[in-house]
Amino acid sequence: MSLTKNLLLDISKIDMVFPTPKGDFTALKEVDLKINKGEFISLIGHSGCGKSTVLNVVAGLYQATSGGVILNGKEVNQPGPERAVVFQNHSLLPWLTAYQNVELAVKQVFAKTKSPKEMQEWIEYNLKLVHMDHAMHKRPDEISGGMKQRVGIARALAMQPEVLLMDEPFGALDALTRAHMQDSLMEIQDELNNTVIMITHDVDEAVLLSDRIVMMNNGPAATIGEILGINLERPRSRLELAKDPIYNQYRSEVLTFLYEKQRKVESISKTKTETSSSATNVA
Amino acid sequence: MSSLIAQLITRKNESVIKAQLPPFVIHFFKTVTLPTIGILVFLLFWTVGANNIDTSLGKFPGPAQVMTQVGNLYNEHVESRAKESAFYERQDNRNQARLAKDPNYQVKTRTYTGRETFVDQIFTSLITVLSGFLVAAVIAIPLGIAIGLSKSLNTAVNPIIQIFKPVSPLAWLPLVTMVVSAVYTSTDPMFAKSFIVSMITVTLCCIWPMVINTSVGVASLNSDWVNVSKVLRLPALTHIQKIVLPASIPAIFTGMRLSLGIAWMVLIAAEMLAQNPGLGKFVWDEFQNGSSDSLSRIMTAVIVIGLIGFLLDRTMLQLQRVLSWDKTTEVR
Repeated sequence: MSLTKNLLLDISKIDMVFPTPKGDFTALKEVDLKINKGEFISLIGHSGCGKSTVLNVVAGLYQATSGGVILNGKEVNQPGPERAVVFQNHSLLPWLTAYQNVELAVKQVFAKTKSPKEMQEWIEYNLKLVHMDHAMHKRPDEISGGMKQRVGIARALAMQPEVLLMDEPFGALDALTRAHMQDSLMEIQDELNNTVIMITHDVDEAVLLSDRIVMMNNGPAATIGEILGINLERPRSRLELAKDPIYNQYRSEVLTFLYEKQRKVESISKTKTETSSSATNVA
Repeated sequence: MSSLIAQLITRKNESVIKAQLPPFVIHFFKTVTLPTIGILVFLLFWTVGANNIDTSLGKFPGPAQVMTQVGNLYNEHVESRAKESAFYERQDNRNQARLAKDPNYQVKTRTYTGRETFVDQIFTSLITVLSGFLVAAVIAIPLGIAIGLSKSLNTAVNPIIQIFKPVSPLAWLPLVTMVVSAVYTSTDPMFAKSFIVSMITVTLCCIWPMVINTSVGVASLNSDWVNVSKVLRLPALTHIQKIVLPASIPAIFTGMRLSLGIAWMVLIAAEMLAQNPGLGKFVWDEFQNGSSDSLSRIMTAVIVIGLIGFLLDRTMLQLQRVLSWDKTTEVR
């Protein structure tokens, strides 16, 4: 019963069909997922399996062909700041400083509820949370990739979203920066306990951060294959977990799903056409 | 030395040279010495070439003749200004004398009607080109944004733009002249008719590159930024103001630089054909004049026109550097 009590987001049997010149392409088929408040969910799967499509439907950037997304009992059919998105390539506006990027979001969301002074404090608080307070008046081209992504996260957090949607947030970063960002994200989660849906390619990242890992079948007509609950104590430390047998068990379960059950068996030429169609449809 | 130059030009063995010379010398060589060499070589070819071309108006002008004419044209300007102030002084004196004699005398002031000097023509042309360009920008940028934002509008308007874009200003000129004569009929006009004609011709020709570049810039807006705007639910006007406009500033400036270049070329041709005041008229008048100095005066005008065009482009580039967030614009 407690499960339905805390239910925040209900992704209810969504199908996603893209019309193409060669006929309809079914990207998603009956994706069904219930997410509780405060849960950290990872979506993992091979490229082109429709992970981003799921996220875009939840964000409201795509409309599901059938089925729907229900947030707090209300159906979602357009984008909104209560479902803030952290985009893969930071997507900061290059003509604004880090502060101004966050300010644009804060002014839009809190214009009626916060005074200018409160807004300023709130912007600074969020930039401090992602450890960007030292460079908040720098523009995106003056800071590193990891720092840009931090500002992107600060911008999303500053909208005080009900669900935070992250589309491979650390995918474009090098391994060391990525590890650092994951630790920061866990730290922020300890403090704010947001509801998060994160897309990832990285098995370690998924196990380290998530409460549940949602593993997706290969497309077309992709759907949820397995869901793996991660019962590891928080706060989690990557060093200790590396030796933890339970952690390694989870890790190997995800790897088994990805590389045995859902192994990609297409020939190279077919993969090429598949990725090109997914580039136009899914990405 | 010559082998050193050859090496620098071909960029072969660059590391060897760098080892021999301090960096500021190389920098100086590249930014100052190379262009100077280029200009000197050009002057040499020009002098030799000019000496070998005979026309019915004498030899083709070389750099020396042009230099003389620069001095002459400037002196003529100074003389004309002196005559003008002398004219007004005489007129004032006369009027005051008459007023002293007869307090009821209605003072008549006449404006000086001397021939416009070369310097006057430069300013006339500059003012015309900038007004025409500004009018074009005021129309083209909002239109370009609208076309860039709406695919249907783009599909509807694109054929018209594509048809009018390649039309030469000289084809527009008779039409513009006739329309302005018919429509712009005030007894005390704020602007001269010839100014309006030249300006509209410039506007008609430099509107298209700006419309096209702006619309392409807006249409190729980074989809991530559009998504950010959607997630924030920015209202349409805020979306244009905060996302679309800044994002397309680099493309808008590219269009403006192209347009200003075209505007300057168009204006000279229009002034020549329509006998409207400006550098084009100066060139045509000198050609008709057919004195022994004419060719060198025309050549001076050619060089001045080129220099002004270059300065206009640099000014736009500097403006772009100041206003645009994209500081990577190449200097070319």
